[in-house]
Amino acid sequence: MRSDRNQSAPLGLKVAAAAGLLFLHLPILLIFVYAFTTEEKSYQWPPPGFTTQWFAVTWNRPDVWQALTLSLQVAAISTAIALMLGTLCAAAVSGSNFFGRETISLLVILPIALPGIITGIALRSAFSLAEIPFSFWTIVLGHATFCVVVVYNNAVARFRRTSGSMVEASMDLGADGFQTFRYVILPNIGTALLAGGMLAFALSFDEVIVTTFTAGQQQTLPIWMLEELVRPRQRPVTNVVAMVVFLATFLPILAAYYLTRDGDQVAGSGK
Amino acid sequence: MSTASIGAPAILPSSGGVRGALSDLFWRRPGLLLVLMLLPPVLWLGIIYLGSLFALLLQSFFSIDEFSGLINREFTLKTYGELLNPSNLDIIVRTVVMAALVTIGAALVAFPIAYYAARYAQGKWKALFYLGIMLPLWSSYLVKVYAWKLILAKEGILGWLFAKLHLTFILDAWLSLPIVGGNSLSVSATGTFIVFVYVWLPFMVLPLQAALERVPGNLIEASADLGATPRQTFRSVLFPLALPGLVAGSIFTFSLTLGDYIIPQIIGTSRLFIGQAVYAQQGTAGNIPLAAAFTVVPIVVMGFYLWGAKRLGAFDAL
Repeated sequence: MRSDRNQSAPLGLKVAAAAGLLFLHLPILLIFVYAFTTEEKSYQWPPPGFTTQWFAVTWNRPDVWQALTLSLQVAAISTAIALMLGTLCAAAVSGSNFFGRETISLLVILPIALPGIITGIALRSAFSLAEIPFSFWTIVLGHATFCVVVVYNNAVARFRRTSGSMVEASMDLGADGFQTFRYVILPNIGTALLAGGMLAFALSFDEVIVTTFTAGQQQTLPIWMLEELVRPRQRPVTNVVAMVVFLATFLPILAAYYLTRDGDQVAGSGK
Repeated sequence: MSTASIGAPAILPSSGGVRGALSDLFWRRPGLLLVLMLLPPVLWLGIIYLGSLFALLLQSFFSIDEFSGLINREFTLKTYGELLNPSNLDIIVRTVVMAALVTIGAALVAFPIAYYAARYAQGKWKALFYLGIMLPLWSSYLVKVYAWKLILAKEGILGWLFAKLHLTFILDAWLSLPIVGGNSLSVSATGTFIVFVYVWLPFMVLPLQAALERVPGNLIEASADLGATPRQTFRSVLFPLALPGLVAGSIFTFSLTLGDYIIPQIIGTSRLFIGQAVYAQQGTAGNIPLAAAFTVVPIVVMGFYLWGAKRLGAFDAL
């Protein structure tokens, strides 16, 4: 059936595919060049010179540190909530076949399937109706909601591969439910949860659309960047921050890929 | 039967304590465990998310008092009527046209990548292609937009490239066109279009690749053996089989473009898109009812889109 495998692609297709991949990756590489430029007032290319001084300048900026700390805190707590809710949901959905199972899957996926602006404004208007003031927790509330799906997708894929007979064997051998969970289920789904957690962390760390609606005066790092993009004041600092944000999301994604590559679909099928 | 086993119960004794009792309870009643597992996520999503969505929908039926600026909590369709104002209708049409163009653009760029990855790449290359799509998909949205601000700026790399190739006149001619032009690429509709295509491209590649993987290679060979030119094979064999994947990908590109407000704000003209209108209405104008009514537009458009997509069998390719 796959006798065509040895045949090589037409040149035009090769060129178009390569050009497409370059189109996807070159712009990001540019960020790394700009982080070292000596030019402060414009986005001049080619950079007139290279310097590492902006790293020191950025390091000494309290507002960047504050935004970074807030982003890390929000991402950590949202990931923890998403891990809990996503795993529970995945275990329930894959463990049994009950009425309304499809509806539950849909409910989990909906926050990410609808445009972020809808989630954002829906939460905002709900906060205003319920007279909840904006705070750290309103940001977490939004983030956890759309992070659940990432954990859920990863966990469901792994549960599907894990055979139910192992759980039964454990029970037959006298383990109680908690022991079975601790010694049989958890080691099996561990890497999938880790991968899901990392993707959820990256997603939350980077989120801006929902956050603009659920954050009051507080700035997460992406919001800080958005302000700089709309009204540029410190271009070199923004360049450095962009590079740091990219790396901070890039590494968990790469790790998640290696954790789940054997057979699972990484949850990317629905960001 | 030996004497030793007479005393042993057929069922192991409970391990005792609260933990044992709970474990036994869940074993006897799996339904209870299921309910307990489902309760937290369903409560969270049901109350926080669906509740908010419902509140939003409700607000779109309220109206704003023009004199006091206060929200009048009485059921009315007046706010939806305002959507039909020429200026608001303009925003809706502009956004939908942009979403359609972005979808077509993304499909054109994505097809060769997806086709190569599905049919020719193998082993290490296949993994590389997969990562090559996955990484841009997940990496920071704002950083990607920022990178394009650097590229499209007047003094940026694209302008420099055009100057080096002595092609600046082409760029200038394009920018002097109405609608698509502007002072520089970063403040033109063309720029907005390019960035949208770039940011949503991986969402198009993945389902398209999934659909193309399912096209057997011998079908293409058979078509060639029967005398079809590559163009004919593409049009009558490959394209119809890839269509569900294409439609699945277009759901993402279309929906994401409809709802985005950051890209047109940072790279583009001052003419608004739906997302920006929503943001402006709820923020500075304080007109949450109109903002809510605006968000109903993408929901309705996507509803029709999904309905059509379902009829084309796009969900099998997701």
